[in-house]
Amino acid sequence: MKICRAEYKTIAKFIEQLRPTRQCMKILKDRFPNHSQSTLLSIFSLEYQKRMKRTLVKHQDVVEDYFQRYRSEAKKRPSDPVLLELANEVDLSPSLLARLLVERFLEEQQGSVSSKQVLNSMLKEPSLIPDMQLAKHVEQCTINDCCYGPLVDCIKHAIGQEHEEILREKLRERNLSFLDENHLRAKGYDKTPDIILEVPIAVEGHIVHWIESKASFGDEQSHRTYLNEQFWSYWNRFGPGLVIYWYGFISELDCQRDRGILLKDCFPTDIVTLCHGSSHC
Amino acid sequence: MAALLESLLQREVELNRALDWLRGRHECEENGQDLQVKKQEFVPFLLNFLRDQSSNSLTHGPATPAKTPSTSRPLRAQGTSSERRGNRSSTGQGSRSTSRIQLFSPAPSPTAQQHRGRRRMGPFGASAASRQTGARSGQMEEGCRWDGAGRKGRVAAKINEPVSPPTQVELNFNNLDDFPPVGAAHVSPIPAKPSRRINPTPVSTERPNSKPKSCFTSTPLSQPCSSSPSIPETFGPGPSAASPLCLQEERELLKKERSKLAQQTSSPAKPIPGVCTPTRPVRPGSKVTPDPQAPGPDPAKVTHAPELNLLAEIYCTCISENLVPCVFLEVFFVLQLLTTRSVAPSDTMEQDPPVDYLGNVHNCVYFAVQVLENQFTLLSHLDRCTLRLLAENERVGVFSPGLRDLLVQAQDSCTSKVYLHTFIHSVPFQPATDNRTNFSSDKAFHIFKKQRDIFYELLREWEDYHKEPGWEFEAALGNRVRAMVSQLTAAGNHCHFARLFQKQLVQMCKGPRVLGSPGDAPDADLLGMVGADSLGRLKRLQERLIQPQALSGPCPPPSFPGNQEFFRDFLQTASCCQLNQHLKDGLCQQLLQLNEVSILGPEAASDEGEEGVDGDMEQRRYSSVLVVAQVLAKFLGFISFLPYQTSEAPSREIQEAAVTLRSKSAPVLDVCAVLRSCIHRKRTVLTIPWLVEFLSMLDYTGPFLPSYRDAFGLLLQFYRFVMYKNSNMCVFVSILTVCLCFSVDQQLLYTCCPYLGEFRKLLAAFVSGSASKTGGLIRKITPTSAEPRGPPTTQQAFFHNQPPSLRRTVEFVAERIGSNCVKHIKATLVSELVRGGEKTLRDGLGSDCVNAAKLNDSICAQLCDAGMQALEKATRFCSENAPRAVRVLLPEETSQTVLTTAESITTRLATEKACSWLSSNITKSLNTEEANRTPLASDVIVEIKEVLSIAVGPRTEEEVFTVQQIFSLLDKVEQTLKSRKVQSIHTHFFPTLHILLSCSYKFIHVIMIYVLYTVLWSLCSSCLQ
Repeated sequence: MKICRAEYKTIAKFIEQLRPTRQCMKILKDRFPNHSQSTLLSIFSLEYQKRMKRTLVKHQDVVEDYFQRYRSEAKKRPSDPVLLELANEVDLSPSLLARLLVERFLEEQQGSVSSKQVLNSMLKEPSLIPDMQLAKHVEQCTINDCCYGPLVDCIKHAIGQEHEEILREKLRERNLSFLDENHLRAKGYDKTPDIILEVPIAVEGHIVHWIESKASFGDEQSHRTYLNEQFWSYWNRFGPGLVIYWYGFISELDCQRDRGILLKDCFPTDIVTLCHGSSHC
Repeated sequence: MAALLESLLQREVELNRALDWLRGRHECEENGQDLQVKKQEFVPFLLNFLRDQSSNSLTHGPATPAKTPSTSRPLRAQGTSSERRGNRSSTGQGSRSTSRIQLFSPAPSPTAQQHRGRRRMGPFGASAASRQTGARSGQMEEGCRWDGAGRKGRVAAKINEPVSPPTQVELNFNNLDDFPPVGAAHVSPIPAKPSRRINPTPVSTERPNSKPKSCFTSTPLSQPCSSSPSIPETFGPGPSAASPLCLQEERELLKKERSKLAQQTSSPAKPIPGVCTPTRPVRPGSKVTPDPQAPGPDPAKVTHAPELNLLAEIYCTCISENLVPCVFLEVFFVLQLLTTRSVAPSDTMEQDPPVDYLGNVHNCVYFAVQVLENQFTLLSHLDRCTLRLLAENERVGVFSPGLRDLLVQAQDSCTSKVYLHTFIHSVPFQPATDNRTNFSSDKAFHIFKKQRDIFYELLREWEDYHKEPGWEFEAALGNRVRAMVSQLTAAGNHCHFARLFQKQLVQMCKGPRVLGSPGDAPDADLLGMVGADSLGRLKRLQERLIQPQALSGPCPPPSFPGNQEFFRDFLQTASCCQLNQHLKDGLCQQLLQLNEVSILGPEAASDEGEEGVDGDMEQRRYSSVLVVAQVLAKFLGFISFLPYQTSEAPSREIQEAAVTLRSKSAPVLDVCAVLRSCIHRKRTVLTIPWLVEFLSMLDYTGPFLPSYRDAFGLLLQFYRFVMYKNSNMCVFVSILTVCLCFSVDQQLLYTCCPYLGEFRKLLAAFVSGSASKTGGLIRKITPTSAEPRGPPTTQQAFFHNQPPSLRRTVEFVAERIGSNCVKHIKATLVSELVRGGEKTLRDGLGSDCVNAAKLNDSICAQLCDAGMQALEKATRFCSENAPRAVRVLLPEETSQTVLTTAESITTRLATEKACSWLSSNITKSLNTEEANRTPLASDVIVEIKEVLSIAVGPRTEEEVFTVQQIFSLLDKVEQTLKSRKVQSIHTHFFPTLHILLSCSYKFIHVIMIYVLYTVLWSLCSSCLQ
């Protein structure tokens, strides 16, 4: 789904006041009924992450304060989701807050800074946290957070994989032979798009040599990053190509078609293969 | 000489005799009374005469055709050549660039020639080889001199007098500008009485007693050698002796100097209006400013028509016989005459008014049209656009409707081929040369990865901004270029980068210039989009909008047009000797490889009778190889001579020292050997064009190095040979000759000889000029929508000659029948189909042993069968109904054949419409089914997360799950895990489930753990099998 820049700004503005809870998606959906759930979730996720990146430092400065508040609250009402509430109150991702506090907790307990791996594994499996109460609160946080946390990472990863698979499936359906990332790595390519077509095709009149699948919404910032780190690099090595943002993108970003980067929000229908002529005749 | 012409004009000498003499048929009669002159003298005289005659009329156009031997035009016309101008004046000869003076070779000796800039080669050398050297060089002011001394040395040494020691060669032969045209080898200074009026009086140089004619006369080759080293004599007392005699010229000279200064200060990009080569001094009182109010040329006002006819005929014979030094320049001159602006009558103060044959616009146009008519065969080789501009030139129409018609016809038959070219592409990554094994270390590999990306980033930025005013390569990209290049040094990646650079250079510069200036070879993409007709208009529009008058003249200097500019600036900015060395190696290697590429020469092709498809392939091959070789050669020359480039010409002493020094080390390319070998193997058609590109990059001293000097000698020899061989043919300069013989497509010709485009520009400038004057003579340019045009199909051809109503009927009926057909099938077959599919699915899922894969296959098979059925049904429906409808709707008198054809087209269109709907919709429904059946893993995880988040809270009162809901979720999990479609996802799904399972310790989760582990277990074991 393509969204124009102005519309995207409206959505982003609206998202500013939301917290990453189960309910927020419903609110968002009610406010923007014309957009699909997945697109909205993707946009929410992007915007929320921007917000977190912006403010994380500020929170890191006051971890001690959060930790003490959590302690006293947990003592007062141990069965309530106090950590989750705290996260929403200070507008920090519950998973990130949980991580900060587990880190602080371990520091206090062991007198030393814990490794990343230890922290990650405790967030994945809160039962590993020595404090059962904290473990429960942490689990509440990671499970309820719809933008951060091990579960969300898994989902994102799965979505990415699925869309790559969908892409491959579509290519097979159309008898378009291709090399995927694994083939390319084996051959020693230094940059590898998801798909390299063995025989280029024309999509809407533009030659396509490679296809990159992005199971996210293409906003200004992420697209710019992708362009610099991936798409142009692919162009530099393989020529013009196609990017599919399965959850849509800001329509104005599709301005490099003539330069060799084509954006789509679905698998293209207007495909012309070189050898067989127009495939839809 | 003048006497001869005079006697011809007076009808004292029979024209036919003169023509025969020019054609060389009456060689023996040379001793006759009438024709006691040499052709070689007569031709330059004639050319000069024509220039002189028209000097007052030719007041327009930035690029006047160089008056063959003496023009100083480009020098003055091109602001860019100011530096070179300066150089020239540094030679210390009193004379400067009045056209007159240029008639004499100021510097036949190396001493005098030291001012020769890089790119300096005479137009003859140039034309001999191909365009660029001289033709592009803007050196015409000197280049066109018919320098007897120079010629003598050269010719004597190499051709006519092999006895002459080669050492003599140096004297004149270095003066490449002086290479005479074909057949001009034997000239003797005959002290014929000059016609007072037209005789040039030099301000400087030359023997005082021969001043009037010395412009073309030269030391006879047949003279004893003693005169050969006598070059200094040219610098004798000439100037002082001559100057008192030519105050007029001096005045003229001052005027020129002033205008030159004025031009130097003006922007070089801007055309200099009103510059011309009035070789005849402008007399006081004569007006040279075009008079906007002056009436257009009128055939009725032509005076001296018989004389003009005669002149035209003689002139044309000279062209046809290839006696002129450069046919191209003559064509340009004639086109200038054609497009000359009206000039108010002049010469009112003339004491002894001579006959002014070309003194008014009527006569100029008349003469030009005469010549064009005569030289139509030559014209017909020009590109379509030029022909069209000519045909549309109202003057041509007025003076010769016949010529106009011929031009219109030629335009239609003009078979300008346009080859598809790819737009800017990157250099593909090749594992064989680019993967890790080709690098010394991981670090080097990684750094090069970044360098490649940075290089393209720079390239893209350049593309975006370099045309913007004020943008400068150095300022914008300089630091980034150097930073990247310094990393090259650190990582030792020079050879990798040089290869990338070179390949990208070829990629971007091999086709018609994508980013070139307007007026360049038409962009094939654009052509495909708007069609040739509209493209012409588009181009003209573009030309007018962007560069309405940017004529660079027939001899533009070598340049780095379009994308080449990026590569040149990059190298200059990087200024990296390692990179340059690697590039030189690579360029040289590829060049020599290309030079060996098998391209069948014209002889070979015709011998084997392999015209047609193979011939076409050969041409493509040839043209692609040639264009690439030219680019490579230009850059090889650029890098090789870069260290020696100076903005000013070195002094004689410095230059001599440099020659001594540099002749010790081996040149980057053995030009002579390459040249000899290509001549020997008859591959000049490929080799010479790129060699010329290479040589055009020479620095000031370069041409004096023995190796390059010899190469120029060889080139000259070859040029003479070619011209001699083809002396009876209508030819352009040799490259064109070769190209035309090889019937190379026009686009290539224009790419290789960009100056050919100047004809078009001149004509286009005339059009825009006349419009601005008369307030809209220009044809309006109707904007054309850029809808892609397909090739006309037989169907389109069928409708072409039928009444439009037939087409409308057919299209309408097809649309309606197709639509009805879809409705019919939707109502019957499809609904059945969907019901059946759903049932199969339900039954399948309901059974005990669910085999998703099998189920899927069976449904697919069912749908496929049904789909085939639907298509068949649709075809039947359309072929039954469409013909009936068409028959009823078309007029009764429609012939049976037309009717049948219309029926079949309608049927086909209707069937296409119906079937395309059916196939896309049946696929869709199939996909829907599939999606329903096997939920995506990510959806399942999202759902699990939802359940869990409610389970761990916080939750509201309403947020509860029934056991059924949980089981249905578990069902989905199972299906997902079993689906063959998502098996590649399992590796990620498993850990997710594992997390879920490990963190779940509530009752509800216990059930899930149980079920999921069961499923997982079964799956894992099936995977292991």
